[in-house]
Amino acid sequence: MNQNSKEKLNGVFASIKAEAHRRFKQMKGDDRHNIFIGMATCGLASGAMEVKAAFEEALSEAKVNAHIIPVGCLGHCYAEPLVIIDKPGSPPILYYDMTPGKARLLVKAFLEEGDPVFEHVLGAMEENDMIPSVLEFPRFSREKKIVMANSGVIDPEDVYQYIEKGGYWALVKALTLAPEEIIEEIIESGLRGRGGAGFLTGLKWRLVRDAREEDKIIICNADEGDPGAYMDRALLESNPHQVIEGIAIAAYAAGARRAIIYVRAEYPLAVKMIKNAIDQSKEIGLLGKGILGTNFDLDISVFQGSGAFVCGEETALIQSIQGKRGMPQPRPPYPSQRGLWGKPTVVNNVKSMASIPPIIENGARWFRGIGTAKTPGTAIFSVVGNILHAGLVEIPMGVTLRALIFDICGGIPNQKKFKAVQIGGPSGGCLPETFLDTQIDFDSLTEAGAMMGSGGMVVMDEDACMVDVARYFLDFTQKESCGKCTFCRVGTKHLLDILERITRGEGREGDIALLEDLSLDIKEGSLCGLGKTAPNPVLTTVKYFRDEYEAHVREKRCPSMMCRALIAYYIDLEACARGCDACVGSCPTESIFTTEDRKKAIDQTSCVRCGECMTSCPPEYNAVRKVSPPALAPKIERPREG
Amino acid sequence: MYSTHREVQSRIKYLSGKQISMDHTRETEEEALLNDIASMLAVFEKERANLIPIVQMIQERHHYLSASALQMVAKYLGVSGCEVYGVATFYNQFRFYPPGKHRIRVCLGTACHLRGGDIILENFERKLGIKEAETTADREFSIDRVACVGCCALAPVAIIDDTVHGHMAPSKVEGLILGFEIEKQREERGKQHGESKQ
Repeated sequence: MNQNSKEKLNGVFASIKAEAHRRFKQMKGDDRHNIFIGMATCGLASGAMEVKAAFEEALSEAKVNAHIIPVGCLGHCYAEPLVIIDKPGSPPILYYDMTPGKARLLVKAFLEEGDPVFEHVLGAMEENDMIPSVLEFPRFSREKKIVMANSGVIDPEDVYQYIEKGGYWALVKALTLAPEEIIEEIIESGLRGRGGAGFLTGLKWRLVRDAREEDKIIICNADEGDPGAYMDRALLESNPHQVIEGIAIAAYAAGARRAIIYVRAEYPLAVKMIKNAIDQSKEIGLLGKGILGTNFDLDISVFQGSGAFVCGEETALIQSIQGKRGMPQPRPPYPSQRGLWGKPTVVNNVKSMASIPPIIENGARWFRGIGTAKTPGTAIFSVVGNILHAGLVEIPMGVTLRALIFDICGGIPNQKKFKAVQIGGPSGGCLPETFLDTQIDFDSLTEAGAMMGSGGMVVMDEDACMVDVARYFLDFTQKESCGKCTFCRVGTKHLLDILERITRGEGREGDIALLEDLSLDIKEGSLCGLGKTAPNPVLTTVKYFRDEYEAHVREKRCPSMMCRALIAYYIDLEACARGCDACVGSCPTESIFTTEDRKKAIDQTSCVRCGECMTSCPPEYNAVRKVSPPALAPKIERPREG
Repeated sequence: MYSTHREVQSRIKYLSGKQISMDHTRETEEEALLNDIASMLAVFEKERANLIPIVQMIQERHHYLSASALQMVAKYLGVSGCEVYGVATFYNQFRFYPPGKHRIRVCLGTACHLRGGDIILENFERKLGIKEAETTADREFSIDRVACVGCCALAPVAIIDDTVHGHMAPSKVEGLILGFEIEKQREERGKQHGESKQ
């Protein structure tokens, strides 16, 4: 493929750009109000649909002229549903925890009467003299958004909004360069695969470009299987065009004319958004035959993965597209040599793809200026668990865990103490407080025993039981093991059995050593990343929280009082109020009875230890106690009927 | 992939057709289902690579893969039945028994687990008298566990039909099921009322 003339390309793109600008002017130019509503999955789950309906109704009732623009995810899940109101003459204002009632209030008070209703404002979206800007909050100011820069501020269903924000400019620029120059630039930028392994993206492209076979394929891996990570989904739902642009550049550089996006079928909204985005780009000549008047063709299709964690592994993913069970294959041959249908194949993660356009646009040197020397760029984490400002966070590599958890995400709620952070999902590890000053990048995290992996980050407070957390992840990986390697198939099952035994209070002397031995064997004896990393949650928790394991095994006690077989609830008769029966109705198994002096007690034989009575006991009595081991609970017999 | 030994057993039993009695309504239902699948199959080329898209199509239209439907796919693609079954059971997306009228899905992602998602699942199971991946005998409810629906800030979460219920608690479980039962009774009374009028 020859380089394309700059003038000709710019000419073709200029007309598209002009159309985008015309539409933007139309939207901004008149004195109508613009209401942006976050409508990605998390927003919808918190009721964005009802908020939108309330806005529509209130607007038509008040006869106020306004645009409602559905946008994607800003990453601030703790504050969903989020709404930005852009009223002429006022800075755009971000409102949080929206409800239909607040929507009606805002239409009346703000749009009609000009009062921004300060008590519901999170902040203004830009610096101004009127309202404090969200940019002053660490949750905004310390983030560095490259991949998610336009997520949550543009309509993902409208290609022109992306173009107006500078989208597809990188593709135009790339098409004027020689493919080899692009590869050089990406290698130079030091971009490492964001899927978790951290292989140099540009190097992958070069291997495929240099392969002798004519027909080459690009696969964009959006098979996000970690049960606590959802940034790939948020990205596809919020800004699918940035991913498509990245894929197009990758295809041009690697010499491919076909690309496949592998998305989980469990993400119906993401599938819909990406399909719609492909159609739109095709319509205006940014995909398909002769892109922007050049001789570069690219066809992108979507393959819906059917939900198997192991399919995140590239060879398993390829098997799955070929209609087989997603079982990993030995490498070499690497997909770059013989991949899908035996053709040289690039497999890149969604976040890697979305990082490409900004790099092409701003240059490798700019990208190298962000993050650390060995891992330039940003990292996206979904920070969840016992954390105040949960959600998606994009930060430069090299930020410490402490800064991320305490400064950016607001720390642990309810005055609880920090205990551990689990990074990298089922393949990662749990790091205790002593590791809080670890820098976030591929190498530092791996060294500490966790890994970057999927970018799932679960923060745990003092109430989390580390043995149970290890058991939870093993339960997951054991089910997801494809069954190919014996050590992974049988070994993870045994690990789980031992952990279950320990959490049930049936741990034996020697179990902890057995866990460690078995873990190392599984790592050794497995072919793919799943088996090689599955024991990480066990190894790290045993290493850093051995005392908790010992308490479970020796004393049959769960120090965090989370393992339900090892705890008991009882009602302190001193504190219990005579005649009060708040807890009775809350018990799902009718285990609470009235004692002879008309107080309440729990029947330990039928109690399922759900903790509902503790929640429902009025705070002025606060009479329900939780103890471990269960023998500490006083025994109170149920009085005989009659 | 199989979750439990019990599940494997129930699937095997189901596939051999012993578990579900083939009464008349079921037979006609099955026939309509197969006719629909047959008409849809023609859209796909007879290529092995289409196996997963085909079973996805069946799952989407009918919400489960029956044994005879899988046989039909095998015949269409010219591969063995066990090959089709092997691929379909490998992935979590597919189910092999008809779902209930109300589908209950309990999230057991990491954040939900930390906030007691398993207690919520257990409450649904106890209330309805079935286990996860099962359907009640009257086919009103089915329970499934899902991994992360991506609203971790609302943990623990359950999805009933298409509505996400955040901050779940055992007492909420009671309330939700009771709500459905009341609704059903009202419907039935309405029906009876209509009949008696005639």
